[in-house]
Formats: sequence, C-alpha cells, structure tokens
Amino acid sequence: MNEISNKWIGTNTIRPDGADKVTGRAAYAADTSMPGMIWGRVLRSPHPHARIKSIDTSKAEALQGVKAVVTSKDIVEFPVDKAVPLGIQDMRWMSRNVMAREKALFHGHPVAAVAAMSEAIAAEACKLIEVDYEVLPWAIEIEDAIKPDAPILHDFVQFEGKPSNIAGTLEHKLGDIEAGFAKADVVIERSFTTRPVHQGYIETHACLVSVLSDGKTTIWSSSQGQFMVRAMTSLLTGIPQSSIRAIPAEIGGGFGGKTIVYLEPLATLLSKKSGRPVKMVMSREEVMRATGPTSGSTSTVKIGATKDGTIVAAQGVFYLQAGAFPGSPIRGAAGCAFAPYNIANVVSRGFDVVSNRSKVAAYRAPGAPIGAYAVECVLDEIAEALKIDPLDLRIKNAAREGTKAAHGPVYPRIGLLETMEAARKHPHYKAPLGKFQGRGVASGYWFNAGGESSAQVNITEDGNVVVTTGHPDIGGSRAAIANIAAELLGIDYRRVSVLIGDTATVGYSNLTGGSRVLFASAIVVTDSAEQVIGQLKARAAKIWGISADAVVWENGEARPSGDHTGNFPTMTLAEIAAKASETGGPIGAGVQLNTTGAEGGFSTHICDVEVDVDLGIVRVLRYTSFQDVGRAIHPAYVEGQIQGGAVQGIGWALNEEYIYNKKGHVDNPGFLDYRMPVCSDMPMLDAVMIEIPNPKHPQGVRGVGEVPLVPVMAAVANAVHSALGKRYYSLPMSPPKVLEGLDEGTLQAAE
Amino acid sequence: MTDMRYLAPSTLDEAVGAFAAAAGAARILAGGTDLLVQMRAGMVQPGLIVDIKKIPELTSIEETADGGFVVGAAVSGAVLYEHPRFGEVWPGVLEAINLIGSTQVQGRASAGGNLCNGSPAGDSVPAMIAAGATVTVQGPNGRRQMPVEAVPVGPGRTNLTPGEILVSFTLPPRAKGSSDAYLRMIPRTEMDIAVVGCGVNLTLKDGVCTAARVGLGAVAPTVLLVEDAAKALIGSKLDDAAIEAAAAACRAACRPIDDKRGTIVYRTKVAGVLLKRTVAIAADRAGRA
Amino acid sequence: MAKLHISTKINGEPTEFLCDPNDSMLDVLRGPLALTGSKEGCGSGDCGACSVMLDGRLVCSCLMLAAEAEGHEIETIEGMAEGEKLHPLQQKFLEMAALQCGICTPGVLVASKALLEKNQNPTETEVRYWLAGNLCRCTGYDKIVRAVLDTAAEMREAAR
Repeated sequence: MNEISNKWIGTNTIRPDGADKVTGRAAYAADTSMPGMIWGRVLRSPHPHARIKSIDTSKAEALQGVKAVVTSKDIVEFPVDKAVPLGIQDMRWMSRNVMAREKALFHGHPVAAVAAMSEAIAAEACKLIEVDYEVLPWAIEIEDAIKPDAPILHDFVQFEGKPSNIAGTLEHKLGDIEAGFAKADVVIERSFTTRPVHQGYIETHACLVSVLSDGKTTIWSSSQGQFMVRAMTSLLTGIPQSSIRAIPAEIGGGFGGKTIVYLEPLATLLSKKSGRPVKMVMSREEVMRATGPTSGSTSTVKIGATKDGTIVAAQGVFYLQAGAFPGSPIRGAAGCAFAPYNIANVVSRGFDVVSNRSKVAAYRAPGAPIGAYAVECVLDEIAEALKIDPLDLRIKNAAREGTKAAHGPVYPRIGLLETMEAARKHPHYKAPLGKFQGRGVASGYWFNAGGESSAQVNITEDGNVVVTTGHPDIGGSRAAIANIAAELLGIDYRRVSVLIGDTATVGYSNLTGGSRVLFASAIVVTDSAEQVIGQLKARAAKIWGISADAVVWENGEARPSGDHTGNFPTMTLAEIAAKASETGGPIGAGVQLNTTGAEGGFSTHICDVEVDVDLGIVRVLRYTSFQDVGRAIHPAYVEGQIQGGAVQGIGWALNEEYIYNKKGHVDNPGFLDYRMPVCSDMPMLDAVMIEIPNPKHPQGVRGVGEVPLVPVMAAVANAVHSALGKRYYSLPMSPPKVLEGLDEGTLQAAE
Repeated sequence: MTDMRYLAPSTLDEAVGAFAAAAGAARILAGGTDLLVQMRAGMVQPGLIVDIKKIPELTSIEETADGGFVVGAAVSGAVLYEHPRFGEVWPGVLEAINLIGSTQVQGRASAGGNLCNGSPAGDSVPAMIAAGATVTVQGPNGRRQMPVEAVPVGPGRTNLTPGEILVSFTLPPRAKGSSDAYLRMIPRTEMDIAVVGCGVNLTLKDGVCTAARVGLGAVAPTVLLVEDAAKALIGSKLDDAAIEAAAAACRAACRPIDDKRGTIVYRTKVAGVLLKRTVAIAADRAGRA
Repeated sequence: MAKLHISTKINGEPTEFLCDPNDSMLDVLRGPLALTGSKEGCGSGDCGACSVMLDGRLVCSCLMLAAEAEGHEIETIEGMAEGEKLHPLQQKFLEMAALQCGICTPGVLVASKALLEKNQNPTETEVRYWLAGNLCRCTGYDKIVRAVLDTAAEMREAAR
C-alpha cells in the first residue's frame, strides 16, 4: 500500500527548480553563451527630448572588431496613425521605444545598437556613432506636461481637439454622483501625488540571440512571456513567428517589468546582420534610465458618507504618467480604486499623460496601488470625521457577493469581508502603541486575469510524470503545479517534473502577469491530468479485458471496481507505463485553453509605524496582511507573494522615487540612491491567508500575486497619520518631507 | 579603450615610485569599493592601478607604547573590527568605519580609501577628525604628517600632492574618562550614504567636559571640524544649555547643498539633532571609560 | 591590453586564468571560469548578488579586480554543497521557501554561511544587518531571515 496520502495541495513541498537555484546552477538570462558569440550594446540618447536629424554610423562600423550596427531604419516601421495592439501594448510605441525613430523622447532612449567582439569594443563603437540632434524643450512631471504651453511629445496625440500630452482617458460611472453627494453628511476631498517607482528586479534585462542564415532564430532571454518575446520580436524584425524559438531562461524577478521587450529585437537584428550569436546585458543604470517604472500620479478623490458611515458617493480623478508613449495603467487606478466597496454612486476617471521619461511598464497590479492610496486615505479621514473605527467603516461598506462594481462586474462569492473581519479580530489590531507610534489599515482590489494557457502532461516510460506549461515561473508556480499534478494522479510530488516550455515545445501561453499563472495553469494541467487518468484507466481495462468504466484511479493505481472488484491485482502508474507500448502507445495529454473565471482578489492590511520626529524617519514596526487567496496550493509561496508585496509597497511609501536633475536625467539610477528596502529595514511580516475558494476554478484558486501591493501605501500613510496626527498627501514619505511637515504644535498634539 | 596596468608592489617605495611616475594617470587601490564603481561608471579611467594591500605597513594595526594606535590606510573595516583593543579605546571611530557600506563592503573598504575618496559624506572622516587623528603620507619627497581635517579640500579632492600615498592613521593616546561616538542620518537602516554624519570625542573629569572635538560630515564641501561646538561643550557638565549651544554651533557651521539625499534645511536641522544624540552616547561611554 | 596570468584557488581547487587588468573578479568568474552562480545585479556593491568569500571574508566580487585574486582563495556558491549533500542553509532555504525568483539566492546563501561561521547564534537583528547588503525584491526578507535563524539553531543542535 502507498503509505503517503498524496494530498499535496496545501502543503509546502520542495520546488522542482529549488536545488538548481540554491546551488547557483539555474541559468538566468545572462548566464549562457554560444560558440562564436559576440556582444551587443545600445547607444542611448543624451537628451530628454530631441529630434534625430541624422545618424552616421560609418566610423563605428569601421572600428576593428565591430560586426554590426543597427538603427531604427532596420526595425519594422509601424506608422503612427494605425494602432497595432498586442496584448496591452501597441507596436507603434513598442517599435519606437526599443529604438527611437523620429525623436528621442527620454534620456536613455536607444538610438543605435552595436555588436562587436567584446563589450569594450562595442562601447567604444557607440562613442563613434554621430547623431545630429535638434534638442527640444522637455517636460518630465505631470503638471509640466499638461500645461497649455507644454512641449508636445507626439503631434498626432490630440485631446479636446488640440495636440496634447494627454493621450487617453477612461471613465467608470455608476448611479448619480450629484444626487449621491447631496445625501452625504460628510464629504471629504483630497489630492495626492505619488512618484514613479521601479519594479526593482535584481536581474537586469539580458538576452542571447542566434539568427542563422536560413532565418532560424533562437532567443534565450528572461521575460514574463516567451510568447510575447516571440511575437514582438517577430513584428519588429519581420522574421516569422514559426522561425523564432524563444526559450525562457530562469527569470530573476519581473513584477510586471518584464512583460515587454527591450533588447531582444535589437540583438536579433544585430545577430542577423553579423551572422553571429549576440549577447546583450543591461547595466543597472540602463535599467533605471530606460526601462519601465510604474507611473507617478496626481489624483483627487472625493468621498461622501452619511452619519451612520454609509458611503453614498465617491469620485476619483487619476492622472498617471505614461512615460514617453501612451499607455499608463489608468484602468488599474480608476477601475480598482473603489472596487472594494459597495457604493451606489461612483465616477472614476483616468488620464494618461505622456512626458519625457522612460515608458512605464506594468508593476504588480498596475495602477491599483495608486488608486487605493488616495481612496483609502480619504476613507480614513471619513472614519475620523464620523468617529467610526476605520475597519468598521470598511466592513460596513464592503463589497460582497452581488455587489455591482463601478468598473463593471457583479461580484460572485468573494472574501473581502472576511479579510476585514479577520483584521478586526486579530491581536495586531488591539496591540498597544507607544509614543509617536501609529496604526493604519487599508484594503485593496485587483482584477486578476485568466487568458490563454497550455499544458502537456506526459507519462514517462518508467511511470513518472513530466508536466510542461508555458508561463515563466516567477515565484514558485512550478511547485504549485507539481502539487496539483501529483495529487490528481495520486503519486508522490517528487515523481512530477515541471518544466516551462519554449515557444516551439508548448502551446501558446499568455504572459506571466495579471496574477494569472497558477489560476490558468492549474486549469489546463487539471484537464490534461484528467485525460491522462482516463488513458491510464483505459490501459488497465485493456490489460484486464474489462470495460474502462469499470476501472477507478486511486492513490496512483488503477483498481477494478463494481462487479470486477478484487478480480485483478491493482496496477500502479509504473506498471501501466511499462506496458504502454503494447496497450496503445505513449500516454499523455495536452490542453490549450482560454481560461476564464479568474475573479478579483482582495486584501486588507494593518501597519504599525514609529516616527523619529527629530529626523523624520518612519520605520515599520509590524505588518499584517489579510488576503483572500482562494485556495493556497503551496502556502509558503502564497505567503511569499503577500510578504514581498508588502515590502515593495513599504518602499514605495517611504523612500523609493525617481529623482530627476535639471538636465532631465534620472539622478539616482542605481541601488545606492534608489532606496529599496533592505533586510534591516523590515520586521517579520505576518500573512494571514483566508481561503474562500474561487467557485469558478477546479481547485478554488484565485490570483494572489498582485493584490498584496495594492493597500500598502495607504496602510503606511494611515499609520503615519495615526502616529503624528498629521497627514502627508504625497509619497514617498521620506525623512526630509516628514520633518518639514512637523512643527511644535503637531508634535505636542501627537504626544 | 584605455590600456590599464595593475601593480601590486610589496614595498612602499616601489608603490610611491610607480604612482609618481604615472603622473596623475594612476589610482591607488585599497579596498576598491569606490574606485571600481568609479571605473565602471567611466568617471575615472586610470592608466595604472597600484594595489597597496601587499605592503605590510598599510595593512597593519599597531597599538603604540603610549596607548595610541597606528592603523594602516588599507586596513579593512572587518579587520579593524576584529582587533581585540581598538574598539574598546575608539568605539566611535570603529563604528564610523564599520558603517561604510554593507558587510561585503566592510570586507574590503578602508578608512584610508574613505578619506582619499574625498567625499564630504565619508562616514569614517568625521569620527577620525573628532578623534584628533593624524595621517602619515609618503611621496617622492618623503614623509609628512597632517591632521585628518587637513586632507580633504573639496568634493573628490585632497591635498595629497602627486605621487603621495596615504600610509596610516595615528590615533593619540587616551586620557581616562575619554570616549567617542559617531552617528549618521540615513533614510534606510543601512546601505545609504550619510545625509549628515557626526563624530564626537570627549573627555569627562568629575562630570565636567574637559576636552571635546566634533566632526561633521555631509554638510559642506568637506568634512568639518566644528570648533565652536567643542568650545560650547568644554567646561560644561554637558547640561542642556551647553548641548543646545553645541548643536547651534553645528547648525551654524553647515553649508550644505540640496541634492537627491537631502535638502539644505533638512541637513541643517539634522546636524543639531545628531550632535545631541552623539554627545549623549560619547558621554555615556566616557563615564564608563 | 596585455592579459595578466593569475594563480588562485577557487572552491578549493588550484585555478589559473588570464584576465584584463580592469576585469572584475565577477567578470572572470562568470566569463572564462563559467561560474555563473554569482550574479551581477548592480556592479556597484549595492545588491550583494555577486557575494563570494575571499580568504574566508565576505566580499562583493564586482568590487574586486580579478588580478587581486593572485595568491588568494575564493569560494563561490558553486563550492557550498559538499558533493551531492547540500549545505544546511541550502536545504533550509528549500524547505522554508526562502527564495522566489532565486537571483539573489546565491549571494544570500554565501553571506549567510559567512555569518554562521562567525556567529553560531545570531539574533534576528544581527541576521538582518549582516544581510543588509543583499537585496531581495521578492520575499520581503521574512522567510530568508527565518531560514537563517532556523539553520543556525539546527547546526547548534547538531554540534552538541
């Protein structure tokens, strides 16, 4: 008998890729090489805004050791007047972002790329490229970009009939906002600003590309989607997708920032021109100057409530920086901001603002933390004005099953209320606080995504299992997939090998993003595993000479049932696999689906801070996140998502920001002055997982990766207010800003 | 591309000879934690690197007969931390040196490099100045000594003459009742450059401050010796009025800039706050010394 | 640029390599020596992903010239396990999910091992400050700190 229960779902198994990663053997994007490989490097714009009048690459090409030079002329042109959407991106902008065409739009914008025998020669060659720029006036911040006389980045972008840097708008409406505010006993309206922050993945962008003379192209890179890499590279180079094999390297962090390409198309063109494999690795400085942070923002939120704490109207206006090209996450900001609450009358508007800074990229629930920061801080003020406990106010207004959200959906069974109630009851909420210490709470929502996913489940000849899926594993998804496959098949999880296929070996799978990976993979793996179990039963039935309906699969074995019970000895997976050849051939199944039913995720956070009022330093003392995780397939990695998101948000709240100098250059393009939290900044982090299974998923999975970041900045801001009795309306709450806001009166009151 | 040579001489004479001969194109390599970053960023492109870590005098720690210390310029923070006596006698200097960078950086970075890098924000410098440390430098024209505060002349610049190499720091013997402390303000708990740094060294006799020196970093083009702050402390029982006067002297001495690490207003306020906190720690230690 | 010939010992094995005078130790580890377990996250000593031991002392290999390895000993993540047997820290990191993307993991493990060699019973605060130079963007550090503390406790128990 099998003594192991093989109930792996909900257990903390060892991840399939673990030993590779703790021994240093896991191969990330920059860790591979190819015979004859040369090195690529990007020449970047020294100006934040300039027309490119001409580029002369002849001196660079003449340098000994230089094998290829590319400019925008080598990249497929997408005219600006016709949208070419790919996922949430538009290839018009993507093509101009990977290589400036008409204009350089930010300091660090690529203008040419070189491949040479060494990195040093490539760097030298970049210096020999002569670019004739017409330097233009520039705007970095939102207020400068939307001024009437602001320098316009794109003449073809129009707003209210005039060329503008407002590239898009969005509005969600529910009920009658005026009538709603008319019913309110208290109305609070506040404006907030946040700064752009970078995802901060430790692995810089890198790739190795080989283009052969027959056009066959191999791309080794780390991204949040090998299929995205293939599609974008194909579109930008003209090489058909069937000729491109994009292999997902291990990815050293992404958080949304690796959902677009930067280097792959350039390395492909350089490889094609030079006839050699080309490797490109960004420096940290390049990452900070030229890859996407998330937006900075200015928002205004107005909320009205009646005396009993019922929110009767809510209005939000969110201006988000898009960077150099349209496409900021206004949908996340305006859509998620009020989503945790049942509010009858809502207007939520987003404005997409381009300016001369690097194009934004997705960052963990893109836009949602910006919206939540503003809304959850105003809610705190409503609670204060009405003398209601801030969690009680949220509980009273919490969205629940049947609530119609302003951004569209009517919620099915959700666990928001449970997160709030768990927070209310948790010892953390009642723990005593000392002088200049404070406690804040906040809730948050993220859409979550389903979408395309593919899996293949194959039984090896010796009766073990190989599962191949198509989403890069960014934080432990292989471990969770192993748990599911092992439990369904009734075998030890160590007999399941989980691999991420490349674009040539597994069916199309959408990005690792939108908190989709386990939600979607679990569905296709489950379907595949069920098909495999069907095959296993059929094979046993064939061997026994009975009907397949008379075979059950239990504990990793086929067993005759019904009238045949006990007539034949059970057959293990290994025994059936051994006879596969004579019973019908290989055993395996693959499923490709557009998964649906992801349903949103909710969480509620409690944060305690202490403020050094002489220096303005805020330290987080205690942090507890309560999240509806649906079903925690691998609890430790779910906790890890929750804890990691909390710390990213704490960084965003307290110290992280892009600082620009007077020349329009990022002044802190490295980890020294872009201050992400370090180990000694943080306390232990409690993650309370609440499991309200998603009714639309075979295992009850909800996406868990993004919502952990959504409430954090508001929770920290509310805690600072609780400590000081003073509210800061802009992030980060860095020491100079905090100290500047403190005066004697405030401090005496806070004591 | 520039051709670069690497030399690791085992004698100081050899090092000085090579350094002087390279006439400005050479850089001294001690821990390398600033130099390699600058090289990579293209801020410096040396033609010659002179690695001084194979020269015994630059990597040794000596407690002198009179109770002072001579610390080689290339001694790393981690090595100094492990010295059985240094941290007892100069806890402020040691904690300042140990605040330079991470554990990894501590394995390499030296007080000599910190000083020669010429940053007004170098952590060890205010503490060394407060300690009354002197440096020994050797160049083509022989050896000379000068107080630490005489070394930096501006951001990234020192008054070492071409070919001169920083050899060692000399810390004076301690009177009974003496101790020191160093504090810096950084936004995080680690890994930042000081926004303000403050070193205080003082002697207490029967509760009265009989000697004091105050070093202040990151508030002016060079690290400052704030004599007015010391004067406010000397002769007092470190009462609130004296400490407030010293803090005011620190604020008055500030000539900071607005930059990505802090504002003029912030740095000036913080200088006073840190003075008070650092005095309290140094006084507590001195009371037990 | 004339290459330098360097004789050193890496993970216990005498090793020779050629390098340019301005190559960092990390460049040589990851390039000619193919020891890509040490990662470059910043190249400026701010992230710790390139952490190695130099003569038993924790350093950033990006802040060290390869030429400086002459006559010295270097240990990298590749030398941490003894054959098939993982170091207790490696095992504990797996068991406690103290890694997510894993890019910082080699540096964190090398640094944690250096800590436990000096201090068999570190406090949480000591672990946090020791590891302050190892950036991790995924975990929020919680599980890393717990794994180091747990490993230390187990190693103390095993040594009794």
